[in-house]
Amino acid sequence: MATQTPADGYRDHPVRSYVLTGGRAHPSRNTLRPETLLCAVDDGRELPVGAGRHERALLETCRGTLALAELAAYLSLPTSLAAVLASDLVDAGYLTIRSHGEHVLPGVDLLEEVLDGLRRF
Amino acid sequence: MGSAGSEPAAVTGAALHLAPTVERSVKVLVVGAYGVGKTTLIGAVSEIPVLSTEETVTAASLGVDPRLGDKSTTTVAMDFGRVTVGGSTALYLFGTPGQKRFWDLWVGLADGAVGALVVVDTRRLEDSFEVLDQLEEHTSLPVAVVVNEFPGAQHSTDAVRAALDLPAGTPVVSGDLRERRQAVEALKALVAHAVRLAGGSAAA
Repeated sequence: MATQTPADGYRDHPVRSYVLTGGRAHPSRNTLRPETLLCAVDDGRELPVGAGRHERALLETCRGTLALAELAAYLSLPTSLAAVLASDLVDAGYLTIRSHGEHVLPGVDLLEEVLDGLRRF
Repeated sequence: MGSAGSEPAAVTGAALHLAPTVERSVKVLVVGAYGVGKTTLIGAVSEIPVLSTEETVTAASLGVDPRLGDKSTTTVAMDFGRVTVGGSTALYLFGTPGQKRFWDLWVGLADGAVGALVVVDTRRLEDSFEVLDQLEEHTSLPVAVVVNEFPGAQHSTDAVRAALDLPAGTPVVSGDLRERRQAVEALKALVAHAVRLAGGSAAA
């Protein structure tokens, strides 16, 4: 799918929803989870002229660190759809993953740190 | 409701970014039937105004719920919030209905979660049975129960523990979840339970 999309370009599309993911329901990587932290790469590189408005809005919103779910909420997109767009932007080098969501229970060290943090409230 | 956090109110719609020192994230599921106070709890703890995303639920996963009508697909809002703990970790609170028909929506959410905080209304305790059953059936997440102290509701945590037939060691706390301190207590009970299950020490 989406064979018409070159690695360095995005096509805008008047139709919302999954059409703008080239029909894909799944992102190009499965490491993006709702709590995965993302941040735009600040190297002065602009998106291609043909980039879609959602990609632009996503990068604009992600000038600082945000989780995927936050991006989805600010852009009024389902998280699953935001994951597809963010994944493409990571692949193209415009967006970087600050933290990977884990598939397993966080380690005891991290849990204790979270607990300590909550106790300080 | 909204944020009870310490951050100043932001321009509506502007993204509230995490501090540059934050380099990892964890999540807790806040689970419970409609109207039990999931979003209230999230809003009380969150440092940002509660956000929401919509996910599509298909006909196959729909049961009988008057609020959903008889549409073949519908969207379900997932409310969530965020709080930075210890300077380098963002804790996300994802609120989600726990009933069977919504399982597809949140099965992926459960992966890697610290645990599930089940919000209970003692006036509608039976609504919580299915939520707890689903958690037990589909996940191995640490679970803590928090009784939302609605006016006129009974607050006995022992009675709730017995009625819900909870596994030994499951924390049951109660509180007015509009209060940040009490909502944080509920979170601490869950995380302390998760620490114990992970083999750490979590002296209260």
